[in-house]
Amino acid sequence: MRKIAIIVTVVLGAILLWGTTDFPNWGDPHSPASQHLSNRYIKEAYQTTHVPNLVSAILADYRNFDTMLETSVVFVAGTAIFLILRLPLGPLARRRNLDSDPPKPLKTLARDPILEMACRLLFPPIQLFGFYVLCHGHYSPGGGFQAGVTLGASFIMLAIGFDLTSATTRLSENLFRRFMAWGVLLYAGVGVLCLLLGGPFLDYAALGAILPLGPEALRSQGILFVECGVTMTVGSVIFGIYTNLVSRGSHQDSL
Amino acid sequence: MHWLFEALLLILIVGTAIAALESRCLLTSSIILGAYSFMVCLVYAGLGAVDVAFTEAAVGAGAGTVFFLATILRTGRDTSR
Repeated sequence: MRKIAIIVTVVLGAILLWGTTDFPNWGDPHSPASQHLSNRYIKEAYQTTHVPNLVSAILADYRNFDTMLETSVVFVAGTAIFLILRLPLGPLARRRNLDSDPPKPLKTLARDPILEMACRLLFPPIQLFGFYVLCHGHYSPGGGFQAGVTLGASFIMLAIGFDLTSATTRLSENLFRRFMAWGVLLYAGVGVLCLLLGGPFLDYAALGAILPLGPEALRSQGILFVECGVTMTVGSVIFGIYTNLVSRGSHQDSL
Repeated sequence: MHWLFEALLLILIVGTAIAALESRCLLTSSIILGAYSFMVCLVYAGLGAVDVAFTEAAVGAGAGTVFFLATILRTGRDTSR
């Protein structure tokens, strides 16, 4: 069986490698991908959106339907983790809990003052960096997803360095469970607001009816609104997944 | 990026991928997978896709490894063949 698997893998890999010879060269200006759409984005993105970072402009303006549904996918993933693992919720989790033994607490180590001090020192800069990545996403690499992961990771670090309860007292379960949904709601809400103000869905220029800015500045600021939603969802989902995994859904003891 | 550095990185990526598959201890595997993610992130950065590299470093090398570790410590460390 192992031999067959190796042969299949090698043959498939060889076919794929052979297929890559038909690809255009990396960065080839004559390849179909960089002849029509990319040129238009590169020429017009700054004039129409006033966002120097082209990636952010494409991600949250030109392709904002894509990003909205990506955020929804993250939300659905977080919800699924909650439904499967969280103990007082969900029939699946309750049945599993009745069948098997209750989760045994792990051996708890003595709290380490050096580790705690390091976490204490690192926590504010990491959070500050998260917000910087969110707000500076127009100008430098970064944006909602990365900021969300950074903020979620800061709370995970707190849960590892101290224990789970000291992290969940700072960001309670009620809060991050709601943040998961509020983020998607904020993103879609901006879209619906544009729709109500007479523009197409998620066309930030329509916000001009309530904000005294030009259409380019509005498209730039609209990106910030939706990126805030992405950050809320991604950060709370990251922390929620960790909390449920590490405590087997009980949210009680930690590593 | 210098081609020698890039070649070394790509060889290391394949090496760590094989090592993560072959290791019998799941804890070792997930740590090696974190190293793999980080080197993939360096390749992305070398290709100029800094946004993708940032995401790979944060999600792949950071959060993903932590999720693996949390799950392994809650279940079992050894793989059965």
